[in-house]
Amino acid sequence: MAVNDHLAHVSDTLFTTGIATYALAMVGYTAEYAFGRRGRVASTSTSAAFAPARVLVGAGGPELDADATPDEATVADIESAISGVDSGLDRGESATSDVDDAAEHIDTTEPPAAAGRRSREALGPRLGRAAVGITIVGLALHLAAIIVRGFAVDSVPWSNMYEFASVVGFIAVVAFLVVMVRAPQIRYLGVFVMLPVVIVMFLAGTVLYSQASPLVPALQSYWLAIHVTAAATAEGILMTSSVLTLFYLIRRRYEVRTAAGQSVRFPISIGPKLPSIATLDKVAYRTAAFAFPISTFGIICGAIWAEAAWGRYWGWDPKETWAFISWVVYAAYLHARATAGIRKWAPWINLLGFAAMTFNFFVVNIVISGLHSYAGLN
Amino acid sequence: MTITANDSLRLLRRLWWRLISMRTALILLFLLAVAAVPGSLLPQRSLNASKTESYIASHGAWGRLLDHLGMFDVFASTWFAAIYLLLFISLIGCLVPRIKQHAKALRAKPLPAPKNLGRLPESGSFETAASAQEYATSARAALGRRWRVERRQEKAGVVTLSAEKGYSRETGNLVFHVALLVALIAIAVGRLYTYTGTRVVLPGSIADQGFCANAIFQYDSWQPGRLAEAGDVKPAPYCFGLTDFSASYNDAGEPLKFTANVTYQKASGGPIEKHRITVNNPLRIDGDRVYLISHGFAPQITVTMPDGSTQTSVEPFVPTDPATYLSEGAFKFHGPSGEKKDIGIEGFFAPTPVAEGGGAIGDTTAVTSASPKPDNPVLGVTVYTGDLGSQTQSIYSLDQAQKDSGALSKFGGANLREGQTLTISNGVKVRFDGWTQWAALQISHDPSQIYLLVAAAAMVVGLISSLFVRRRRLWLRITPATSGRDPSPTVVWIGGLARSDSGNFTEEFAGLLERLRQAGPPVEPALRGADDVAVRKE
Repeated sequence: MAVNDHLAHVSDTLFTTGIATYALAMVGYTAEYAFGRRGRVASTSTSAAFAPARVLVGAGGPELDADATPDEATVADIESAISGVDSGLDRGESATSDVDDAAEHIDTTEPPAAAGRRSREALGPRLGRAAVGITIVGLALHLAAIIVRGFAVDSVPWSNMYEFASVVGFIAVVAFLVVMVRAPQIRYLGVFVMLPVVIVMFLAGTVLYSQASPLVPALQSYWLAIHVTAAATAEGILMTSSVLTLFYLIRRRYEVRTAAGQSVRFPISIGPKLPSIATLDKVAYRTAAFAFPISTFGIICGAIWAEAAWGRYWGWDPKETWAFISWVVYAAYLHARATAGIRKWAPWINLLGFAAMTFNFFVVNIVISGLHSYAGLN
Repeated sequence: MTITANDSLRLLRRLWWRLISMRTALILLFLLAVAAVPGSLLPQRSLNASKTESYIASHGAWGRLLDHLGMFDVFASTWFAAIYLLLFISLIGCLVPRIKQHAKALRAKPLPAPKNLGRLPESGSFETAASAQEYATSARAALGRRWRVERRQEKAGVVTLSAEKGYSRETGNLVFHVALLVALIAIAVGRLYTYTGTRVVLPGSIADQGFCANAIFQYDSWQPGRLAEAGDVKPAPYCFGLTDFSASYNDAGEPLKFTANVTYQKASGGPIEKHRITVNNPLRIDGDRVYLISHGFAPQITVTMPDGSTQTSVEPFVPTDPATYLSEGAFKFHGPSGEKKDIGIEGFFAPTPVAEGGGAIGDTTAVTSASPKPDNPVLGVTVYTGDLGSQTQSIYSLDQAQKDSGALSKFGGANLREGQTLTISNGVKVRFDGWTQWAALQISHDPSQIYLLVAAAAMVVGLISSLFVRRRRLWLRITPATSGRDPSPTVVWIGGLARSDSGNFTEEFAGLLERLRQAGPPVEPALRGADDVAVRKE
């Protein structure tokens, strides 16, 4: 039960080194982003009209809307099959217009690599690949910091805001690496994932930092490992999803404006550097859909734990209330994305859900007092 | 223009369709999220009644307006209930037709194969040396049990197979939403049957300091649900006693463990059993749960009257500082009524006393506590005599009205260490004998929570299958071999369609195509035309 100060110190050092390593990786991603990219996407984009859609396959596969632009002679029952595209609780509205929607979403031209960049093309991807390597090193340091902290406090190391933020950052990086395995063409966007991670970890290590300390009796439960792990995992993945959603919105705005012949300014101007709108839409949705059951499971585990620790499974403690709010908003996201006509709002709902979750972490922990006041900031 | 019954029926129908539309459902979901916000930002009666009252008092008309709107009881307010009830009606309106439709789909045969499979999002073809009928049989076998397959015979010996899988996606979807409804019903039923009672217990035997759960008047606080309020539901007649409470702290005064050892008796005259209740381990007994929810110190004093008679009392003190357990409380000794010789003692208890300004602690130094871990504690007493007033008052303090009116007059006070005695001018002696620790036990009852847990588990399972199961359709069109002038082997066309956007259908389809190609013997090279390839991927 005693805290091992020496180990805690080792953990802090690993944590700081981890941040520095992530920052270095961020420089690599930024370089790749800045120097342009060649990657397989751009190099294959001219080979066939549908090539990008096929490349998406690498991103986790096409859904109907990516490929469902069949010729005019579609047989009646295929049409009916298409119109039955399954989607959440679609209430019959998703219907055929999904296909029209799809046409609008399909983006057949990945931004081609700019001409005359050939000499630098090699440098960008090289730096990007190096950045991935550095990220993995940072991840190993980060993991070591978390594990050593666990030994130092002799329990699962995510019982206060510092430790929790550290774990969320860890999961976000893992989620990004996993997405990258499925869709390597988004590698150069690493900077936009690493930046929030580094910021969160920097905040964790500075304002949120708390000395390694033993667990208060209410936290001495195996549910700490289950409930908080589920919450941190969901949050980390949803953080990645929100970044991808942001890209999606930028890319969509970029396309609307350029199609109308309007000029674009930062941040919309990064549009051409982003992956296709279909890829972003899909990857953002997939990550959120993956995190949602985890988040649901985490909330349910919290209720089971609360029943044992506080005498009731649900009591509208501020943390519980905001978990409920975030859950409802993400549920709305899943429904909106599955419903034609409302689908265009879905990305905003995703961002709103992430905002609610972030509010729950920072504001509810720091400003509003409740039973979940374990921030360790006093 | 007159409104006919038909018109109003049409209007009702329109309203109903509007209510069960996804757009309305989404708006209601948003309203639900927004409505919950004030519940977390404003103090809530259910969580902290005194904080709520002081908030209303300090915000004047604004506070009263918010109170009138139910902003301090958000989760019990009519408008919050209206939103979720509408949402659930909308959900039911949407679920019922979908359940019917799905039940039909589960029984229905997969759709007939389209004429031209090459136009499907995924398609491919190959040739096989097997006959159309043979190949259809082995292809059926190759697909395996996960596919529902319908074999059809068309003109000119053409055989088609229509295969479909992933029905559990919609099943999961429906299970999730039905479980959500069941969860709400379980919560509502639980609300009817629930009760919660808390009581502060001092160490001692069941008969001496304990209490029986069904003696509702004994609770310090009692929050009944509707049926418990009407007296239709109440705890079983088991009784409790606290053997001891212990808390352990580290050197910094941070708590490590709280333990309450209790004895209980399920029926009077029955065996007395022992149990150890800790923060995460309530005692589950007769459908109730008994929790250790708080604790504190209970100092013991002996008062010696001028005539030599003594009275001893142990009183629970309330912690006023949760970090250091500096606590406050009172002792009350009622004399013969009407004689105004009651003795009232107000005091504080500092587990690890420190002088507020630093330095040594004298008789009248202002004292605070540095840690909840007892280290030569100090009991500060202020002694009053006179008339304590009515019996129905807080046990933790003297009646301020009696003090203000002069019915109780102050006779003296001091900081006492264990064993020290204060003698006041009227000859009364107050001795600080020692201290013990009390525990507050909470009896909770909610018979529906186990059903809620089952519903919640069903929700997760349903959710996972509704998000991750892949709905797929596959058609095979097998044209039999022809001989004669233009001979050709059996040709198989395969088309596939992903009906849900999870997974990578292109890869899946490529794998399926390969598997189905291997289901039939390849065409002998001699039979094959020069420009034919075994597999054509469109």
